[in-house]
Amino acid sequence: MTESQHFAAVLRLGDDALVLGQRLSAWCGHGPILEEDIALSNIALDLIGQARNFFTLAGQLENQGRDEDALAYFRSDREFQNHLLVEQPNGHFGDTVVRQMFFSAFALDRCAFLARQTVNADVAGIAAKAVKELHYHWEHAAQWVIRLGDGTPESHQKVQDSVDQLWAYTGELFTPDDVDTACAEAGLMPDLHKLQSTWRDKVVACLERATLRVPEDGWAHRGGKQGVHSEHLSYMLAEMQVLPRTYPDATW
Amino acid sequence: MSPVEMNLEARFDAYVAEEKKIEPKDWMPDAYRKTLIRQISQHAHSEIVGMLPEGNWISRAPSLKRKAILLAKVQDEAGHGLYLYSAAETLGVTRDQMLQDLHAGKAKYSSIFNYPTLTWADMGAVGWLVDGAAIMNQVPLCKCSYGPYARAMVRVCKEESFHQRQGFQVMLNLAQGTPEQKAMAQDALNRWWWPSLMMFGPSDADSPHSAQSMKWNIKRFSNDELRQRFVDMTVPQSELLGLTLPDPDLKWNEERGHYDFGAINWDEFYNVIKGNGPCNKERLGARVKAYEDGAWVRDAANAYATKEAARQKNANASTHAA
Repeated sequence: MTESQHFAAVLRLGDDALVLGQRLSAWCGHGPILEEDIALSNIALDLIGQARNFFTLAGQLENQGRDEDALAYFRSDREFQNHLLVEQPNGHFGDTVVRQMFFSAFALDRCAFLARQTVNADVAGIAAKAVKELHYHWEHAAQWVIRLGDGTPESHQKVQDSVDQLWAYTGELFTPDDVDTACAEAGLMPDLHKLQSTWRDKVVACLERATLRVPEDGWAHRGGKQGVHSEHLSYMLAEMQVLPRTYPDATW
Repeated sequence: MSPVEMNLEARFDAYVAEEKKIEPKDWMPDAYRKTLIRQISQHAHSEIVGMLPEGNWISRAPSLKRKAILLAKVQDEAGHGLYLYSAAETLGVTRDQMLQDLHAGKAKYSSIFNYPTLTWADMGAVGWLVDGAAIMNQVPLCKCSYGPYARAMVRVCKEESFHQRQGFQVMLNLAQGTPEQKAMAQDALNRWWWPSLMMFGPSDADSPHSAQSMKWNIKRFSNDELRQRFVDMTVPQSELLGLTLPDPDLKWNEERGHYDFGAINWDEFYNVIKGNGPCNKERLGARVKAYEDGAWVRDAANAYATKEAARQKNANASTHAA
């Protein structure tokens, strides 16, 4: 594992968290029920908090003077290395909870590994806190997928469509690239193939309880980790970054 | 009114006059119940409509720290809405009925939220002035005669005071920042100052519900008294920021021991209430859209809960049969 791979691995953790946190925060004020405005905001806050911690740490590893905001606000979409899944639009509530369920199932296991590994104690410290949050995110999302799947015929159809639509973005989570492989060999990051089987067990169990059909594995979209994103990310970043980019000398 | 009711009402008045709390199961005059339902639901609606102007800047907050603080603040407003809807429900109205009234335009919410948030500095001005004015209005409600409302307000006020401080902090950072940031702060203050003064409602002479609410210990201070307190508190804060309040008539009155201030444009106030504010349609439209878009989700949750209950019942029945 090179220094730049170490940096990239930590940066990616921050990118996943920030992009999904930014997406979820858009529900605040617009949820289907007030309790969900609160719950989704909570999850968004957890993720933004995790992003801040991982970015700060990534900046220290890089040692080029970049802090959390430099990494969040002054990189283009081609420099973001989040998974494509988390940048997918919120869509309707079912799309949002399915995206969350798929991601949280993965992030929870990844984070549990990060909390245990001994290669980077700072990563372990951040992960130890995050793992509790991710556990709640998973529970919350899985419960909603079950309610929607086993709710009304309309909700069943809608959430089945969400599952079918988003399934093709889950393969990337378990497709290692050079950074993943080197960091897994060094013991910093988990072996993605191993995570895949536990992810599948959990997700399939959730979908079955929700009376939903598990899609067949087909083509998996990928490229996020290499900075080749869907068209959505650039718009998201344009909005998110507008103030620091317009007033680069200002502090807020 | 029957003699029994007259007797109950006299006892109620005496009870309230002794600063005792009325609880949901206590007898209360119909008008008291109606006044509280109107006021508490209006207050709850203000919290959730009030999420929108600030929610407008969550995606564009200029640092991750500011984003987290703003999101937490708007989330708190949702929590306030929740406590207040619950407090109103103790009076025999459902949250769904209250929302229907809001969506139909029958229930009001604080008019200030019909103004747009145009720049990041509006997050400072709203926190500092709008939450500041809200606190001024709300602190006395912690001693309101209706127990559930009073208790909800204790919690709301604690959080509001944190909100006001964060708003002031945003303003302070801008006022001490680049010339562009300072101009942004001044512009926001110019736009939010007068609407904030209007938040206290019409002058006492024109305030239809004031006298009765005072008698019932729902309201403790007059609109004008609270407005004056707010001005007196805010002037030194604006000086600390190095910003100018947009009122040429504002000056200290030694004799009164208060600041004098200029005339409020009540024509604007009543027009915004009537629906002619810059964002009335957008705000209500956003609430209605969230409600309508979420209908299938709520239906699904209800259907699932019904199925689960039936499954539970069947499971229990088969356990007993075994």
